[in-house]
Parts: sequence; structure tokens; C-alpha cells
Amino acid sequence: MIEQLLIVVLLTFLVVCTIGIIYLRDLLAAVILLGIYSLTAAGIFVVMDAVDVAFTEAAVGAGISTILLLGCLSHTEHVQKPQRHNNYWALGMVSVTGILLIYGTLDMPRYGEALSPANSHPDLAQRFINESAGETGVPNIVTSVLASYRGYDTLGETVVVFSAGIAVLALLGRKRRRVDDDENEDVTNPELASSASDKSDDRGTNV
Amino acid sequence: MLNFLALYNYWVVIVLMMAGLYIMIARHNLVKKLIGLSIFQTSIFYLYISMGKVSGGTAPILIGKISHEKEKAGSATSAAAEQITTVVYSNPLPHVLILTAIVVGVATTAVGLALIVRINEEYGSIEEDDIRAMEQRDPV
Repeated sequence: MIEQLLIVVLLTFLVVCTIGIIYLRDLLAAVILLGIYSLTAAGIFVVMDAVDVAFTEAAVGAGISTILLLGCLSHTEHVQKPQRHNNYWALGMVSVTGILLIYGTLDMPRYGEALSPANSHPDLAQRFINESAGETGVPNIVTSVLASYRGYDTLGETVVVFSAGIAVLALLGRKRRRVDDDENEDVTNPELASSASDKSDDRGTNV
Repeated sequence: MLNFLALYNYWVVIVLMMAGLYIMIARHNLVKKLIGLSIFQTSIFYLYISMGKVSGGTAPILIGKISHEKEKAGSATSAAAEQITTVVYSNPLPHVLILTAIVVGVATTAVGLALIVRINEEYGSIEEDDIRAMEQRDPV
């Protein structure tokens, strides 16, 4: 019961953080609030028995994600421009979707129910809980499923992260070269500089 | 009251999901949009982890000495089976799916932020309105 109340309090705190993020116009504050949000999420995952997810969320969600956002903000404006009008069309649409989804949850298995199909089916979770120790020798079931039964999926995940790294390097590496070119050419002639930077674009794509 | 608590997780998930969606649609700042995307993604994580929780259960890490008995697979399995009768574990499968999703989510965010930095480099703004106005003034 105390566990359940703890979850209710933490989840409500998440909603408060989200409302703060919606209204804050200072992006730096919004990013830091998102970091707090992720750390609270990690706490919720611990209470819900998902310890592996919790430390991944704390390290990756609250750590790396926040650092990436702060790095982006160091290149851009910190303050969001005031918007002239609220988007009532979006608000209505989101509310209707939310109400429909909440209607859909009435059929969901209750929280913590041991006999829900996903938790009790003999070929799903129960199979891994019973057999994985003998088959892989790893006491942590999450690790054994991630690295052994779904090893190729994890390999695919690594490929996704690798491609994302290449994409970021391709986008930002090119930027740095152009900045150098612009700095050299702006001094002489702005007209010439713009055409030269177009040429450097072509070079960039060829290389 | 108990019924309310039993579904509260799902309702919070939906509120967070819709808040993320609203930020993505209604806010014109590109960094704010990515924050909204991030909130949308994390709300899905709570949905999955909530479904995997078994009340009275513990984290899905087997208790006892199992790891060193891989050779004697038969005995290890029976030892594990004995424990099941005494210890209840939460469902480990949603945890595995969400571990993958968290890492892929950060990869998406990184590419999105790199694109924003490039857009800012080119247009000098990260506001959707400004960029659209510039595009209409002199289309590329």
C-alpha cells in the first residue's frame, strides 16, 4: 500500500514537471526540469521492480540526454519567443485523443495483477523465469534475455546508435568546415564569399 | 478507491503522452519540440513497466546460487523451479524492450539536436515561424 502511494506521489510529480515544461519559456530551465523528470522516472522504475531500466534511465535519460540538450542550447537561443495565441485546435484534438485513450484503459489489466495474460502466460515471462538460469547461467533474467535470447536485437540496437553517431558527425563536422571558410572569406568580399561557400558545399558532399 | 489506484498509472501515462504531443504540435521552438518528443517517449516506458509489475513481486534477478551451476543444467533448472514457489518475480520482458527503447530514444534525440544546430547555423533561428517566413521571402 505504501509502495502504491509512493508511485502515485512520484507520478503526480512527473505531471507537475511536464506542466512546468509546457509553460516555461526559458529553455535552459525546461531542459533542467526534463533532467529532474528523468531522475524521478528512474525512481519510479525502481519502485516498479525494473532496476535495469532505472539505472539506464538515470545514466542515459537524465545524464547523456541532458548534456546533449545543454550542448545544443550553447549554440542556440536560450529563450523561446512568446507565442501570439494559444493553439486551441491542438488542445482540443489532444484532449479528445486523451479521453478516448483513457476510455481504452478501462479494459487494461489492473496494476500489479499477477494473472494478467502478459504475466501469467507459460510461454512468456514464466518460461524465462523458470528456464533462463539453466539455459544461460545468468542470474539476472533481463540480462540473459537481452544478451542471449535477443542478442541479434541488441546488435541491431548497436547499429542504430552507430548510425546516429555517424549522422551527427556528418551534420556537425560539415558545419565546422563551413564556419572556417566563412571566416576566411568574409574579410575580402561578401559576394565572393557566398559563392565560395557554395563551392565548399559541393566539396563537402563529394568528400 | 482501490479501483482508482489500480488504473492511476495508465491515466498518468496518457496525460504525459498527450502533454508531449501538445508540446510537439503547439510550441514553435524546435528545442521545445524535441523535449516534447522526449516526454512522449518516456510516457510509453511507464506503460510497459506498469504492465510488467506483479504485486508482491521483486526485481527479476534470481535469488540463490544458480550462476555457477551451468554445467549441471538439470539441477539448476530444478533449483530455479523450487525458488519460483517461494519468490515472485515481476515480468522481465517489458524491461528488456524498454532498455532498448531508452537507448534508441537518445540516439533519435542526438540526431534531432544536430539537425537543430545546423538549422540555427543556416537561418540564425530555431523558431519555426521565423524559418518559415525566411523560406517564403527567398525560397531556395
